[in-house]
Amino acid sequence: MLKLEKRPQPSRVFAYLTPVLAVIATMFAGGLLFAALGKNPVEAIRTIFWDPLFGDFAAYYRPQLLVKGGPLILIAIGLSLGFRAGIWNIGAEGQYIVGALCGAAVALAFYPLEAWYIFPLMVLAGALGGLVWGMIPALLKVKFGTNEILVSLMLVYVAENLLAAMALGRMKNPEGRGFPGSRNLKEYPSAFNDEVFVGTGMHWGVLTAFLAVIFAYVLLSRHMLGFSIRLSGEAPRAARFSGVNPARIVLFCLGISGLMAGLAGMFEVSGPSGQISIDFNVGYGFTAIIVAFLGRLHPVGILLAGLLMALTYIGGEIAQGNLGLPSAAIQLFQGMLLFFLLAVDMLTNYRISLVKREAT
Amino acid sequence: MDMDSITPALLLASLMVAATPILLAGIGELVVERAGVLNLGVEGMMITGAIFGFAVTIESGSPMLGFAAAAAGGAGLALLFAALTQLALANQVASGLALTLFGLGLSSLLGQDYVGLKPVQPPAFKIPLLSDIPFIGRVFFSHDLMVYFGLGLVAAVWFMLKYTRAGLILRAVGENHHAAHALGYKVVRIRILAILFGGACAGLGGAYISLIRVPQWTEGMTSGAGWIALALVVFASWKPGRVLLGAWLFGGVTVLQLNLQAAGLAIPVEYLSMSPYLITILVLVIMSADKSRAPASLGRIFHASG
Repeated sequence: MLKLEKRPQPSRVFAYLTPVLAVIATMFAGGLLFAALGKNPVEAIRTIFWDPLFGDFAAYYRPQLLVKGGPLILIAIGLSLGFRAGIWNIGAEGQYIVGALCGAAVALAFYPLEAWYIFPLMVLAGALGGLVWGMIPALLKVKFGTNEILVSLMLVYVAENLLAAMALGRMKNPEGRGFPGSRNLKEYPSAFNDEVFVGTGMHWGVLTAFLAVIFAYVLLSRHMLGFSIRLSGEAPRAARFSGVNPARIVLFCLGISGLMAGLAGMFEVSGPSGQISIDFNVGYGFTAIIVAFLGRLHPVGILLAGLLMALTYIGGEIAQGNLGLPSAAIQLFQGMLLFFLLAVDMLTNYRISLVKREAT
Repeated sequence: MDMDSITPALLLASLMVAATPILLAGIGELVVERAGVLNLGVEGMMITGAIFGFAVTIESGSPMLGFAAAAAGGAGLALLFAALTQLALANQVASGLALTLFGLGLSSLLGQDYVGLKPVQPPAFKIPLLSDIPFIGRVFFSHDLMVYFGLGLVAAVWFMLKYTRAGLILRAVGENHHAAHALGYKVVRIRILAILFGGACAGLGGAYISLIRVPQWTEGMTSGAGWIALALVVFASWKPGRVLLGAWLFGGVTVLQLNLQAAGLAIPVEYLSMSPYLITILVLVIMSADKSRAPASLGRIFHASG
C-alpha cells in the first residue's frame, strides 16, 4: 500500500518540477474537457499555447502578452508577500477597482488641462486608493482580530457597487450621449498610459510590474523585513520569540498588496481599458491568486507564471474566435491549473513510499 | 418615497426566503468547521449547486430532482476539496479558493444554454390550519418545502452535535485531531464525510437561489452568498442556533435594502446593494472579539505520523 512520509526538508527538485507537472496535467485534463465540448483537443491546446507566440498573427498577439501579464504579475507579487506570511488578501480585485477609480478621478478632475504632472499624480492616487482599501482589512485584523479573508472579499463587492455607482453617476461622460462609462482617457494625452517602447505592449504598468519583481526579490532575500515575513509564515511561534511584531507584518503585507493592486488598476484604466465602465474589472485580482501559487510565491516564478497565465487569456480569446470555445472554458481551465498545482505540491513536502502491510 | 408599499407580514415572509440559501450553506459549513476543516469553497459549491439544480429542473420538470442534483453537484465539488486537503494534504485556504474559482468557471460553462429560461416552481406548501393564523401564518407557515427543510436541518445538526455520540466524535476530531486519532477514530474519514455534507448543503443553498429566490440562471448569480455563509459561521460562534439567528439578520438586511430600492429611496441603488456586505464586515468586527469558540484544530493539516 502507498504511504505518505514527511520529508525532513522540502525537496528542491520538486519545488521546481511541480509547476511544470501541474501545467502538463492541466493540458491533459483541459484536452479532455475540450474534447467533451466537441472540439479537437490537440488543436485547442495548440491554439491556446502555441498560436499566440508562433502562429500566423503572433506579431499582433505578442505585445498582448505584456499587456495582460503586467497587471497579473504586479498584483500577484503583492499577494505573494502576504501569502508567504500566512496573511490571505483575496480582495485584490476590490483594491484594483478602487485604485482605478482614484486614478481616473484625478484625471477627470484635471480634464481638459494638459500638464506633465497629471499622470504622476494619477499614479500616486491609484497607489493610495489601493493602499487604503487594503488597509481596511489590515487595521480590522490588527485592532479586532477580524478575519482578513472575509473582510477583504466583502470589500470586493463593495468596490464593484462603487464602480457601478461611479460609472453611472459622478464619473459618467457628460458628452457620452447618456451611455454609462467615463470619458476615454486614451483621448486625453496627459492622462494616457502610453507604451514606453512603441509596439511592444510595454506600458508604464508593465514596467512597474518588472520593478515590483526586483523589489520583492531583494526584499525577500536580502532584507530583514522579508526575512520576518518568511519567518512568520513558516514558524509563527519562532517569529514571535525572535521579536517579530505580527501587527507590523499584517499592516505591511496587506498594505503593499493593496498598493500594488491599486497601481495595476490605475495603469489599466489609463491604458488598455481607457475608461471607467461597469464591467471594467475582468477578474485579474482573482486570477493573480493562481499566478502567485503557480509561481510558488517566488518573484521570478511569478514573473513566468504571469506570462503563462496571460498566454492562456490570449490563447483563450483566439480559441473563442477560431474554434468557438466558450470563454468560460478558459476560466475553468485556469481553475484546474490551481487544483493540479495544489495536488502535486504534496510531492515537495512528502515522499510516497510503498510499504507492505504487516500481518496483524 | 412610498413607505406604505412595505408591509410587515410580507417583509418578514420574504426575509425567511432570503435567509434560506445562506442558512443551508452556513449550517453545512458549520459542520465542516466543527470537524476542524476550513472550506473556503462555499461560493464555488453554491454556484455549482445553483446550475446543477437549475439544469436538472429544466430538463426533468421536477424541482425535487433538481434539488437532489444540486446536492450531488455540491458534494461532488466538495469531494475534490476533500481529496486535495485530506489525501494530498494541501493548504486548506488555497484549496478552498481553487474550489471557488473552479466552481465559477464550471457553472458558467454549464449554464450558457440555460440563460433566460424559467424553471418550474415548486408549489408553496401551506401548513394547514397554522397558515390561517393571521400574520404569523403568512410569515412562518406559507412557504415552499425547502424553507422548512432548512429549519429542520438546523435543529437536526444542533441535536446531532449536542446529544449524539456521532456529534461528540465529530467535535473531538475538530478540537484535537491527534487525540481523536489516538483514541482510534478515523480522522480523515470523518472529515471527508463532513466535507461532503457541507458541499451538499451549499449545493442546496445555491439551487434555492436559482430555482426559487430569483428564479432564473445568470452567471455568478450567488454574488457572494457563499462568503456571507462563511461569515455567518463566525458570527454564530460555531453554534447551530445562532446560525439561524444570523441568517435571519442577513436575510432581513437584504430584504430591507431591496424594498427600499423598490420604494424609490433617494439613495442610488448601488449604495443600497453594498449594505449586506458592509453589515457583514461590521458583524465580523463585533463578533471576532471572542476567539475562544473556534474549533482548536480548525484549518490544521492532519498527518498521522505527526
